[in-house]
Amino acid sequence: MGSSKKRMEVVSSEKEMGVGSAKKGAMMNLRSESPEETQRLGEELGRLARQGDLFLLVGGLGAGKTCLTQGIAWGLGIAGYATSPSFVVINQYRGRLPLYHIDLYRLDSIEEVIDLGLDDYLYGSGVCVVEWAEKAVEVLPTEHLLVELSFLSDTSRHLVLNPSGERYVEMLSQLKQIPKIVKKRMSKT
Amino acid sequence: MKILGIETSCDETAAAVVRDGREILSNLIASQVDLHSRYGGIVPEVASRQHLLTAIPIISEAMAQAQTHWSDLDAIAVTSGPGLAGSLLVGVNIAKAIALAQGLPLVGINHLEGHIYANWLEGSTPDLPAICLIVSGGHSDLLLMRGHGDYQPLGRTRDDAAGEAFDKVARILELGYPGGPAIEQAAGEGNGARYRLPRAWLKDSDDFSFSGLKTAVLRLAAQKSAKGEESGEAVEDTRSEIEIRLEKVEKADIAASFQQAVVDVLVTKTVAAAKRLGAHQILLGGGVAANLLLRRTMTERSPIPILIPSPILCTDNAAMIASCCYFRLTAGKRSGWDLDIAPNLRLG
Repeated sequence: MGSSKKRMEVVSSEKEMGVGSAKKGAMMNLRSESPEETQRLGEELGRLARQGDLFLLVGGLGAGKTCLTQGIAWGLGIAGYATSPSFVVINQYRGRLPLYHIDLYRLDSIEEVIDLGLDDYLYGSGVCVVEWAEKAVEVLPTEHLLVELSFLSDTSRHLVLNPSGERYVEMLSQLKQIPKIVKKRMSKT
Repeated sequence: MKILGIETSCDETAAAVVRDGREILSNLIASQVDLHSRYGGIVPEVASRQHLLTAIPIISEAMAQAQTHWSDLDAIAVTSGPGLAGSLLVGVNIAKAIALAQGLPLVGINHLEGHIYANWLEGSTPDLPAICLIVSGGHSDLLLMRGHGDYQPLGRTRDDAAGEAFDKVARILELGYPGGPAIEQAAGEGNGARYRLPRAWLKDSDDFSFSGLKTAVLRLAAQKSAKGEESGEAVEDTRSEIEIRLEKVEKADIAASFQQAVVDVLVTKTVAAAKRLGAHQILLGGGVAANLLLRRTMTERSPIPILIPSPILCTDNAAMIASCCYFRLTAGKRSGWDLDIAPNLRLG
């Protein structure tokens, strides 16, 4: 399980990037140097998660979406490895709260997403993580934490956490207090 | 004993009639039958609606091809998990309705266990205890099978399933869908020793991991793609979807090197587990077991006999579900009318 000694580093909390419509400044930019660091961030998000929370993950193949979700699962007290639901579409786990790990990778149209009947999960009593969320933004709840992951190098990734709605602004402000994850904040110059 | 099997756990709607767990009387998979033109309508790839549209026609067709009447059946077998809840529900509820109406025993079957029983449909009887490797788009599981219904899970993937890795690498290399056959075809013209791609051995564990390999292929493809174009600074590319422009030869070599890496790991870990646990046989199952390099390499490197179903029985099908049901029934087991779906069902 992720116990990297390196710290997550806030690259910038101001830089505007990617999709979403959060208030400027509420966003958080992080740099992860390894899969273990990405998992550690996920773990903290999982610890902060409450019933009904929704994480939308956006990023190409190999960007670290499932890796981050593994951490979220650990943070919810789920043992073992959350595996990619790309083929099975939905995996569910029992932890402190139920975790619904959804993956829209194979879906080609909004109709297919609607057919899945995701509302039972999205408005249910657990925590939802949706990979390839950009495929269905229009049918997903408007309040969520959007996490965009992208490559910096073979092992490092850029993560942009973008909150939509009070609940997620609050979640990020809690996350910013965690010294294990955020050793120091830097404004991008 | 004749059993009707029904399988709707994932993409395929399938029905089959099997005699005594070993003899296939009919085995139909909706995507391979021309139901579309007969029944019309748009069939979405991943949706329970597809199963609703095709389940009854495919069951009727399976019964007709097997020249079997409802009164000739001895049981109804249905996949109850793992799979997509909505899809599983279609099969389970149809199976319940038929069983109830005909007064037949109903048996819920684990889809993964079904893949193992495909090996009973090829004319020989597996020698237990056996090491079972189930590799498909959604699963990569290694198990010890001690007897019918008696399994010890050994390992599974920690991230991507083997078939998923094939599919995603095919997408990276723009080789088309489905990824398994596309990679295999491209790899046939490539040099598998050209690139030494990473193998996740996960020492002291029977688990698998293919996510790192997928990412390594992505980085390699991006690097080669950039080099082909200009100077070659692809490593710092932060776009989420990197445009890949590769020569056919290059794609073939990457596909072959990737396939070699997956097969290396699958075979090495399976053979090691078989030796360690004193298995009498190795059994393969799941869509990836149709891969020729895997079949050949496993055959070459295994010190004990191996069984691999023919490709049509490697993919999702209902004959394997009916076969598994036969051995369950003869052990005196059946499901109640309260049989529920189990989307996250595991084996062992």
